[in-house]
Amino acid sequence: MQQKENEKKQAGFFSFIITFVFMFVTWIILSGYFEPLLLGLGVVSSLAIAWFFHDLLFAGATVQDVKVFLRFCQYAPWLIVEIIKANFHLLFLVFHPRMHQLIDPHIIQFQTGLKSDIAITTLANAITLTPGTVTITANAEGGFRVHAIDRQSAQGLPGVMRDRVAHVYGENR
Amino acid sequence: MTIFINILAVAFLLTGLVSFLGGAVGIMRMPDFYSRLHPAGKLDTLGIFTMVAGLVIYNFHHLSFGMVLLSIKMFLIVFFVFLASPTATHSIVDAGMRAGLRPWTKKKEKE
Repeated sequence: MQQKENEKKQAGFFSFIITFVFMFVTWIILSGYFEPLLLGLGVVSSLAIAWFFHDLLFAGATVQDVKVFLRFCQYAPWLIVEIIKANFHLLFLVFHPRMHQLIDPHIIQFQTGLKSDIAITTLANAITLTPGTVTITANAEGGFRVHAIDRQSAQGLPGVMRDRVAHVYGENR
Repeated sequence: MTIFINILAVAFLLTGLVSFLGGAVGIMRMPDFYSRLHPAGKLDTLGIFTMVAGLVIYNFHHLSFGMVLLSIKMFLIVFFVFLASPTATHSIVDAGMRAGLRPWTKKKEKE
């Protein structure tokens, strides 16, 4: 009992630290002034916000979540490259004179086997961001319905993107 | 060096312009509600990304700490667009599905 309470306290402290760092970095980026008075005001207001809202923004954050964040930073550039590649494909389609023969809108369904809400949300957002595919529905069991503009955009799904997202959230099973 | 930065910045800005134009043309040309959303929601994200990248490259002309902060702020705009755009697209698709609108397919046209 005592140990559990201690663990809870520790997790609360960790999310407090994370919230404080996040708020203060945002303060520095948005203000751009480095006078001691303004920095001090930033520290005070970040501390106040972290104290009141640490159970709201990063509730229950642990050291493990830092790893998830680092893996997410590795995944983001790959996603941006995919978005750019797929965007040029869509651009080619839009300006093609015989576009109506090239496109073939259809709906595909697949099961991803992702479990956590955040992983499903990330995958749904990634699919929608990648042009040529829009997520229609995603349910809690990891089932997806996706509207694809042509066969080429759809053939990569779920495949690589699902594996990447699963790796980020440690769901490789 | 100056001319190199200029060429790179203009190239990025032009890519952004072409993708915004592609988005507008795509909305006109696509056959139905759902496929219109593809160029509307997605080419805009590429457009804003390359345009902001072009402006950031243009900032390299007078490189200073303030300019780096300004570039980070501009990329924050891109970050929020990347969050908001798929969400908005998804809610529009969901509204269409709930209202019972059938997606256009090639088969339908033949009949």
